Amino acid sequence: MTSAEFTAPHPRDPYHVGHGHGAHAHAPGHGEGGPADKRIVVGYGFWIFLLSDIVMFSAFFAAFAVLERGTAGGPTGADLFDMTNVAIETGCLLISSFTCGLASLAMEARRPLWFHLSMLVTFLFGVAFILLEIHEFAGMIAEGAGPTRSAFLSAFFTLVGCHGLHVTCGLLWLLTMMAQVFAKGFRPHVMRRFLCFSLFWHALDIIWVALFTVVYLMGAMT
Amino acid sequence: MTHMDPQDVDTAPGDELHSEYEFGAGLRGYLIGLALAVLLTAASFWAPSTGLIWGPGIPVALIVFAIAQMGVHLVFFLHVTTGPDNTNTVMALAFCVLIVVLIIGGSIWIMENMNYHMMPMGPAIMQP
Repeated sequence: MTSAEFTAPHPRDPYHVGHGHGAHAHAPGHGEGGPADKRIVVGYGFWIFLLSDIVMFSAFFAAFAVLERGTAGGPTGADLFDMTNVAIETGCLLISSFTCGLASLAMEARRPLWFHLSMLVTFLFGVAFILLEIHEFAGMIAEGAGPTRSAFLSAFFTLVGCHGLHVTCGLLWLLTMMAQVFAKGFRPHVMRRFLCFSLFWHALDIIWVALFTVVYLMGAMT
Repeated sequence: MTHMDPQDVDTAPGDELHSEYEFGAGLRGYLIGLALAVLLTAASFWAPSTGLIWGPGIPVALIVFAIAQMGVHLVFFLHVTTGPDNTNTVMALAFCVLIVVLIIGGSIWIMENMNYHMMPMGPAIMQP
């Protein structure tokens, strides 16, 4: 960006609004050179969304913390939770988060084969997580410990089910990203979408850390 | 963009700062993150079953492990750093943490206080 451009009598679009030029112009992020690169705007917007999602989860966590002892004479967490199952679920989600990171490295290095391989592993571990969770839920409902049994179980199914729903949506998004990279290659807009997906997937793992600690580990102790 | 000084290149949330595309350096970061996360997860699952931690202290230990693991995920997987390009990311995160603490802490505080001041009720009154 030269100074002549700024001092021109009628500068035509001096800030290149909406042209997503950041990749070519020298935009050091100090308010010079017009708006930031589209990748930064998109990534930051998605980051704000993720934080709002975390705030939403915090409300469910608060509800769970308040209602945890409201078992209405029904089963408690210590009666219901199978910690081996939870440990396997945790491992699945952690490994899938790691392989998602490998996929973003493969994308940076423009290696389609490694990208698809990493994404496939991410998908398989994510599916394993969801299947284990569905199995757990089905077992609890079959025991008569469904969401209608007590306030504790309502809060449990809402919180854990909401996370499971997020993971399910993430898995669909993952398949979409694989298809888009397969069909279109590493184009800038596909790479921006993948950046958002990887943020989403890692954020889900962070929520799961809070979840297995507060719901399962602390719930099974009492 | 590779000719630029890394300090001059803006980064999006989740982006890692590379001067060049370094597959090895990126992989090392993820491996360190994975190792730390596995360690902290194992510690969390092991803490309640061991007799080494004083009983009432176990929830505190679990919360400390969880916060540490969230920090590991943020730094090694989401690449949140203290660098100048991450200022906005960190500020938004700090605001999010404030809201989360207010919601969870406030709810628990208010409801505990209400439970404390409630008239003792037997199971007969609790029945609808």
